[in-house]
Amino acid sequence: MSKDMTIHLKYWRQTGPNAAGHFEERTLHTVDEHMSFLEMLDVLNEELQLEGKVPLEFDYDCREGICGACNLVINGVAHGPNAEVPSCQLHMRTYNDGDSITIEPPRAAAFPIIKDLVVDRGSFDRIIAAGGYISAKTGSTQEANTMPVQKEKSDLAFDYAACIGCGACVAACPNASASLFTGAKIAHLNKYPQGQVERDNRVIAMVEQMEEEGFGDCSNFGECEAVCPQGISIAAIAEMRMDYVKATFRK
Amino acid sequence: MKLDSKIPEGPLELKWSNYKRDMKLVSPNNKRKYEVIVVGTGLAGGAAAASLGELGYNVKSFCISDSARRAHSIAAQGGINAAKNYPNDGDSIWGLFYDTIKGGDYRAREGNVYRLAEVANNIIDQSVAQGVPFAREYSGLLANRSFGGAQVSRTFYARGQTGQQLLLGAYQAMLRQVNAGSVDYHPRHEMLDIVIIDGKARGIITRDLVSGELKRWEADAVVLATGGYGNVFYLSTNAKNSNVTAAWRAHKRGALFANPGFVQVHPTCIPVSGDYQSKLTLMSESLRNDGRVWVPRKKGDTRKPNDIPKEERYYYLEERYPSFGNLVPRDVASRNAKMVCDDGLGVGKTGLAVYLDFHDAIKRDGLETITAKYGNLFDMYKNITDEDPYKVPMRIYPAVHYTMGGLWVDYNLMTNIPGLFAAGEANFSDHGANRLGASALMQGLADGYFVLPATIGNYLADVKPGTRYGTDHEAFTAAAKDAQAQIDKLFNVKGKRTIIDFHRSLGKIVWDKVGIARTKEGLEVAIKEIQDLRAEFWKDVFVPGEQNNYNKYLEFAGRVADFFELAELMAKDALQRNESCGCHLREEFQTEDGEALRNDEEYSYVAAWEFKKLQHELEEEMHKENLEFEFVEPTQRSYK
Repeated sequence: MSKDMTIHLKYWRQTGPNAAGHFEERTLHTVDEHMSFLEMLDVLNEELQLEGKVPLEFDYDCREGICGACNLVINGVAHGPNAEVPSCQLHMRTYNDGDSITIEPPRAAAFPIIKDLVVDRGSFDRIIAAGGYISAKTGSTQEANTMPVQKEKSDLAFDYAACIGCGACVAACPNASASLFTGAKIAHLNKYPQGQVERDNRVIAMVEQMEEEGFGDCSNFGECEAVCPQGISIAAIAEMRMDYVKATFRK
Repeated sequence: MKLDSKIPEGPLELKWSNYKRDMKLVSPNNKRKYEVIVVGTGLAGGAAAASLGELGYNVKSFCISDSARRAHSIAAQGGINAAKNYPNDGDSIWGLFYDTIKGGDYRAREGNVYRLAEVANNIIDQSVAQGVPFAREYSGLLANRSFGGAQVSRTFYARGQTGQQLLLGAYQAMLRQVNAGSVDYHPRHEMLDIVIIDGKARGIITRDLVSGELKRWEADAVVLATGGYGNVFYLSTNAKNSNVTAAWRAHKRGALFANPGFVQVHPTCIPVSGDYQSKLTLMSESLRNDGRVWVPRKKGDTRKPNDIPKEERYYYLEERYPSFGNLVPRDVASRNAKMVCDDGLGVGKTGLAVYLDFHDAIKRDGLETITAKYGNLFDMYKNITDEDPYKVPMRIYPAVHYTMGGLWVDYNLMTNIPGLFAAGEANFSDHGANRLGASALMQGLADGYFVLPATIGNYLADVKPGTRYGTDHEAFTAAAKDAQAQIDKLFNVKGKRTIIDFHRSLGKIVWDKVGIARTKEGLEVAIKEIQDLRAEFWKDVFVPGEQNNYNKYLEFAGRVADFFELAELMAKDALQRNESCGCHLREEFQTEDGEALRNDEEYSYVAAWEFKKLQHELEEEMHKENLEFEFVEPTQRSYK
C-alpha cells in the first residue's frame, strides 16, 4: 500500500532570460510513493498558489515519456537517477522518506532559460530544419513496397529515430554538445535507401547548424548516452563524424 | 441554417476523383500571393503546413508547445490503417471504408469516410518515402498487424511509437519548408481568437506564451488543426496542454460545433492510482491482439490473479463476442469493462480495473516474440505501476482518449465560416459516433497531406490574390480587445481556489454523468452542476503570476474557462440524442442483452450547434445535417 513521504526540495527560480536566478527551498510532507515526479511538482505548485505565490514553471506535456517536453536536471543528473526513464516517468518510489532533491534546468548556452526550469530548445528545431529530413514532396512518392529495406537496418534506424528531442544529452555533456541529438537523426536517415541522395548535404548542413547554435564539440565523454531516455547509442556520433569527413572530401 | 455537406455527386469510388477533376486551381504565380494560417502542428497541422508550403503558399504555422514535434499526435502508439492488402487477407478500400463507417455506428458521412479509406494508401507511401521506420518483415517488406473492429490485418506500425514516427515525418517535412522560407513558424503561441471580416475568416489573435504579448496575424484562410477536447474530463490520455480553446473560440464567433457528446473512452489504460493523478496513460489497443481480458467470476475474489484457476476466470469479451473476442471495437470493450466492474467483479484496490493477461500468449509465442511486439509498452507499464506484466496480468480500465465531435465541416473540411477550415481531431467528420483503432493517424494525415492542399486551393481560387485589410482593421482590434478582456477578467477574480482544483471538479461531473454511460436524469443534473460550478469558477478562481511573462497557469485558466462552457454543450448534446450509438450509451436505450440500441428513424443526423448566448446558462441552437446512406445499409452492429 502507498505511503506518504517527506521530501525536501531545492529548485531553481529565475523570472526571465536576463534575470539573476537563485535556489528556493521547500519541504513537502504528503508525497505519495506512486506519484510521478511531475505530479509531486504539481503538489508543490498547488501549495504555492494556495499561499498566493507564483508557481514553479517547468515544461511538460504528454507525461508518458514520448513528447520530450520535460527535461529536468535532478540532483545533477538529466532526468534523474533511473536509466532510460524521462523526468515524467520517474516515480517517487525511487526516493526515500526524508530525501533531499535539487532540481535545475538543463544548462547550456544554446538552451537559454525562459523562466525557472523552462528553456528555449529552438536550436534543436533549427538543426532539423537545416537538413534533418528526406526531401519527399507530398504526392511525389512511389508505392511503399517497391523499396524493400532489410529488417535489421530498419530496426536499427528505428533505434535512432526514437529520439524524443528532450535535450538531456546536451544537459549531461560537459561541452553542452548536441552531437547525440544530431547524430541520431543522421544515423536514422542514413539507414534507408531513400536517405542516400541527400546524405552528404544533410550531414554538412546539420553539423554546421549545430556549431552555429553554440553547442560544444564532442569529446567522447559518453554522458549523453548514459542519460538518454531512449537509450540511443553513442555510435550515432561516430557515424556522424565519419560521414561528415567523407562528405567534405567528396564536396 | 441549411447545412450543405457539399459531397460531390456520383458513385462512391468516383466522388473524390470527380472533386479533383472539377475543382478550381490556383496558378503557381498566384499561390505566393496567398497567406494561409495553420494552427497546430500535429499530424494534420504539420502535414498541412508542409504540403501547402511545398505548393508555394505562404504558410504561418503556430503551436502552443516549445516545438512542433511535441504535438500530442506523438503519443499515438498502435498504428495506422491502410487497405494495401499486403497480407492478401481480403482487404480492400471498400473494406476499410465499410469497417470505419460501421465502427462509427453509421453516424458519419459515406463520402468523407470513403475518401479517407481511398487516400490512406498514399499516406503509407508518403511516410515510407520520408524515412518513417515502419515495422518490416525479414523480406524487407512492410509488416501489418490486426486492430480492433476489423477482421483483416491492415495496421502499419512502428513498434509502439507509430504516432511519434509519423509525426516526426510530418514535422521534418514542415521544417524543411521553414528552411525553404515558405513556412513561417511560431512555437509557443496560443490562438485566442479568430478574426472574421465580411463573413470570411481573415486572421487570428495569438498570445506569445513567452512574452505574453497579444499579436495579430492576417491571412486568406485559416486552418484549425488543434486536436480534441478530451481534457474537459481533467483525467484523460491527452497531453496536459491539449485543449479546446482554438475550436471553442471559433465556435463562439459562429463556427458550428458538431456532435460534442461523442467521446471515445479507450478500454486499455492504466487505472487511476490516487487523487494526485494528473493524467492517464494508455496501453495500446494492439495489446488486445495477444492479451486476454478477464475478471474473477466470483465477487470479492481477493486471490492473486495467478492463483485463480482458468475455470474461475470470466473471459467476458471472448464469451460474449465469440467472433471478435478481445478485438471488439473500443466502445464495446470499454462498456463491458465498466459493466463487470459495476457488477462488483473489478480487481485492484479500487475495484475499477480488469486484467489483461499475456500468460497464454507468452506460452504460445515465446517471451522473445511478445517482447519484440510490446516490450516498450510492458516497460512503461512496469515503470508506472511497479508490477511486471510478463509475470502478472496488467490491470487496465477505460479512460477518455479521443473526441469524435468537433467543428462542423463540409467535404472541403471547411466550417460554415468561409475560409475557416478544421482538420484532424479538431473536426467531427470521419469517425461518426466511435473511432476505430489506428484511424486517428490515418485521418490526421489524410486531411493534412491530401485533402486540405486540394480544398484550400479550390477556396482560394475565388479569393482575390493579395486582398489585405491590415491588422489595424476594426475586426482585428475588436478580437484583440476581447482576448485581453478575458485575460483581465481571469486575473480580476482574485479568488481562493486553484484552477486545477476547479478543473478536477469539472472533470468528475463530466466523467460520472457524461462519460461511458449516460441517463436523462444524470445529464440534467450534470448541466445544472456544470452551470453552478462555472459560476463558482468566475467568483473564486485564483490565477497566479502575471500576464507579461511565461505563465502556464494563466494558459490553463483560459482553457479551463472554455472547458466549462463546452462541458455544458456536451451534456446537452448527449441529452437530445435519445438513442445509443457508438460510444454514446444512453442507459434507457439498450437491447435486451445490453448492446447499444440505435434509432435511425429519428437520429440519423449530425447535431451541429450554433452558439447564441452565454449567461448562467449556455444557449445554443441545434441544426441537423441528415445523414443519407446510399451505398451501405445501416445495420445494428454486431461483433458477436
